[in-house]
Amino acid sequence: MSAVSPPSRRQRTGAFLAVGLLVAVGLAFFVSQVASSYPDGLEKVAGQEGFLDTADDHALADSPFADYAAEGIDDEGLATGVAGGVGVALTFLVAGGLVWVVSKLPKAARARP
Amino acid sequence: MHVPDGFIDAQTSFAAGVVAAGGIGVSLRRVGQATLESRAAMTGLVAAFVFAAQMLNFPVVSGTSGHLIGGVLAAVLVGPWLATLAMSTVLGVQALVFADGGISALGINIVNMALVPCLGGYALFVLLRAVLPRSRTGVLAATAVTAWASVVAASIAFTLEYAIGGTGSVPIGQVFGAMVGVHGIIGVGEAVITTLTVGAVLATRPDLVVGAADLPAEVLHPHDPMDVSA
Repeated sequence: MSAVSPPSRRQRTGAFLAVGLLVAVGLAFFVSQVASSYPDGLEKVAGQEGFLDTADDHALADSPFADYAAEGIDDEGLATGVAGGVGVALTFLVAGGLVWVVSKLPKAARARP
Repeated sequence: MHVPDGFIDAQTSFAAGVVAAGGIGVSLRRVGQATLESRAAMTGLVAAFVFAAQMLNFPVVSGTSGHLIGGVLAAVLVGPWLATLAMSTVLGVQALVFADGGISALGINIVNMALVPCLGGYALFVLLRAVLPRSRTGVLAATAVTAWASVVAASIAFTLEYAIGGTGSVPIGQVFGAMVGVHGIIGVGEAVITTLTVGAVLATRPDLVVGAADLPAEVLHPHDPMDVSA
């Protein structure tokens, strides 16, 4: 009998989640630093058609991670990477936490017909 | 395609907020229906991946960039309801923490980039799956077409919102042409990234793809490299 048993389904799902999160962190931390800084489709159209100036400044434009740049980090690439890492962690926790909490509610936990 | 505050008037933004809240409410009530394994962690992973991928602007024509929206990717992976929650989380975090997408425009952005691709897009995906071969190729073809269409649909949704409550005085036909034109190209990027990602998950864990849950694992991936017990 082998001493090493094959990974259980639960372990395999855990591994999948871990690898997936690592990929997300890698994209947000490293690849984001070389992303294109051209205006996106909507911004381009708004500029071209002459309604870009109807945009208001963002109410939270002075917040510590505004425009995907971590405040206090001089290196532009690193500031973007750190903001990306924070965003990946936040979105994982908020979305996962929301579904986890709702799943625990007795009413929602019952499958509806 | 994150709409800033100011493009669309307050009444229209508020109405979109009501629609967005309704979509999120329905999705929350459907969480219990999701039979996906580890649904909370998978929803979190999808949100995190979409957030990361949205940071990766790729250049398209004439000094313009595009990035993944990710709504169809999310819906094919975890189903329309969990996808709506994942996408709404991404858009909420972007608006409140990263100052990307207006705060009064959050409802508009959730309608365009969560409800349109996750619910409308998934409906189209199911329709295409019904007429395409029941195979891995069929799933990927339906994914590609839906991903492209969802970006064009989101740009049309913006155009409609602009027609109803745009604060500028640009003729609507002009906005429509420009929005659909550029997003028809950006949509190709959406289709490529979405199809590659769904393909990668199908190759490793086909059982974690809700959009292919009706197909047996052997059809999707005859030789599962992770299945060491075989």
